[in-house]
Amino acid sequence: MNRPLAWIAALALVAALPWIDLLLPPYWRLGGDVGPILELAIAALGLNLLVGNAGLLNLGSAAFVAVGAYAFSILTTVVYPFQIGFAGGAIGAMAVSALVGAVIAAPTLRLRGDYLAIVTLGFGEIAKDLVTNLDVITSGAEGLTLEPASGARAWLWPYYLALAILAVLVVALTNLDRSRFGRALAAVREDELAASASGVPARRAKLWAFLGCAALCGLYGALYANRLRFSGLPTNYDFQLSLVILSAVILGGMGSIPGVIIGAFIIGGLNSIVLAKVGDLLVRLGLPNDSNSLASPTNWKFLIFGLCLILMMRFRPGGLVPARRVAPAPRASGDGGAHGAA
Amino acid sequence: MDGWLILQLLIEGLSYGMIIALIALGYTMVYGVVELINFAHGDLFMLGCYAALTLVGGLGLATATPATLWWALPLIAIACAAFGALINLGVERVVYRPLRGAPKVTVLVTAIGLSFVFINLGLFWGGAPMEVFGGGRAPSSPKDFPNLIGDTTVYDGVVRIALKDVLVVAVTVPLLIALTWLVKGTSLGRAMRAVAQAPTAARLMGVDVDRVIAITFAVGGALAGIAAVVYGLYITSVSFDMGFRMGLYAFTAAVLGGIGNLPGAVLGGLVIGVARSFSDVFLPTEWTNAIIFLVLILLLVFRPTGLLGSTAREKV
Repeated sequence: MNRPLAWIAALALVAALPWIDLLLPPYWRLGGDVGPILELAIAALGLNLLVGNAGLLNLGSAAFVAVGAYAFSILTTVVYPFQIGFAGGAIGAMAVSALVGAVIAAPTLRLRGDYLAIVTLGFGEIAKDLVTNLDVITSGAEGLTLEPASGARAWLWPYYLALAILAVLVVALTNLDRSRFGRALAAVREDELAASASGVPARRAKLWAFLGCAALCGLYGALYANRLRFSGLPTNYDFQLSLVILSAVILGGMGSIPGVIIGAFIIGGLNSIVLAKVGDLLVRLGLPNDSNSLASPTNWKFLIFGLCLILMMRFRPGGLVPARRVAPAPRASGDGGAHGAA
Repeated sequence: MDGWLILQLLIEGLSYGMIIALIALGYTMVYGVVELINFAHGDLFMLGCYAALTLVGGLGLATATPATLWWALPLIAIACAAFGALINLGVERVVYRPLRGAPKVTVLVTAIGLSFVFINLGLFWGGAPMEVFGGGRAPSSPKDFPNLIGDTTVYDGVVRIALKDVLVVAVTVPLLIALTWLVKGTSLGRAMRAVAQAPTAARLMGVDVDRVIAITFAVGGALAGIAAVVYGLYITSVSFDMGFRMGLYAFTAAVLGGIGNLPGAVLGGLVIGVARSFSDVFLPTEWTNAIIFLVLILLLVFRPTGLLGSTAREKV
């Protein structure tokens, strides 16, 4: 099937989903449950820039989500004097997140893969503690509350916002893959030594990938806070969140843009739709569904994510939709040049 | 602030550090041979704690006499060591062996997945219908480990030294000596060092690489099991999600001492234990974790070979 056509069909389907949803029987309605998945896909695409394109493992992406969510909340809440609105808040969140990313990345990018992963993991833990403990700024364990949105279908605006951003990102990142920068990253991932020897600025390429990852995770945080009208609790940004984002990338296929989005839909759908629906089903069957009941599907989450990582690494390390190798660039005097001139 | 308080903090820090050191020894054993950050080690330790708690509850030791405890506790430690060793043997065979030769990051992601599987198993285990698990009514809540040793002190003057403090030293130091002997003084240890240096060359020289790696994992698992019993007796509270944090502490300790280096792991554990007890007193306690992880990050960035290590270099 034609690729752009498939993208447009998927886009149209997701755009129409809130209206199709109204036709479903009430029990099966998804309501605002799909929006968070679109947002997750944005974060997963950001992480993919680092894990898929540059081959660097980041186990602390939740930290950047937290930075984004809190920066956005601080920039837009009435408690602080900024109140610069959604667009300013989102851009500010991305900038702050990228800045924090630069501070982390600058000294650590020279580390080997598994050490870098542990550093990002430690950073994720520190960030959570910082957000909790700096309660003068973040109001600590309670989080910052934004002005609530009104309306029965108030989730529609964050939904289409996330969809629009995702669509733009897909186009931008697809082009980035084929750009000089994308090829530099691929070269660094395959063999950093050889890439450096061939004149690829490996360090700079990795740094930009890290900044991109931090900025998009920060954007995810901003969208999350904007949808919930709440900065989230510090405990929301724990290792589990980093792992959910990472699982989406790994399940879908590291380095594959359609794969990562499919991965986000599977992991996010499992997390926020399937587990919730199964829980509802338990209640309808008269079974207990609280955190103390082992039948409750939320108590199986770790097992499902854990097995998903293990099985994918063992049997399909490329993911469900493996990345296609970047095609060799067309020769300068070929068709490409002729089209360009016309 | 007087000198005795500092000495007291030192004692408490050292004995807590000995527990971290026990977990770190397991980390460092496996890393030393296969260069794998065995992320699931902390959670295997947690499962060990639950196994120990199950045995303590099943044997009704909470009300036992000291005479019974003298022979029962060492048996429980051995049983938990066997438990940890068996799980690690199985995991190595089923999960890690098929990945031999895969990129490091692939194996690390697998280890993280395994860690989550262990956490979930611990959650299920916490729902066991036993009195020690609170009758299984709240699987995710922390469980009280019976305070079998009690709060007896062996010295109570200007500073207090509890029997528990003696216990952790009496377990960790002999284990460190035994492990050092295993690695440096036996033919199995020579095989381990050979596999660590050059697996292919070791295989060509007739070393059964798979067997050596399996034994290394078993030793690591046994250490986690023993650490679990000591932890339960010392801290007297266990929970299904404690493995992540303890594992990170232990990993920090292992890196601090130079990962792959056995005395280094113990030294690292002691440094972290002391840093923790001082930070608990001189800073608000909620900063303790951040301090320890900051140490980990600074260490990895500025001195990835650790205090005693000199072997952690990138193999090209």
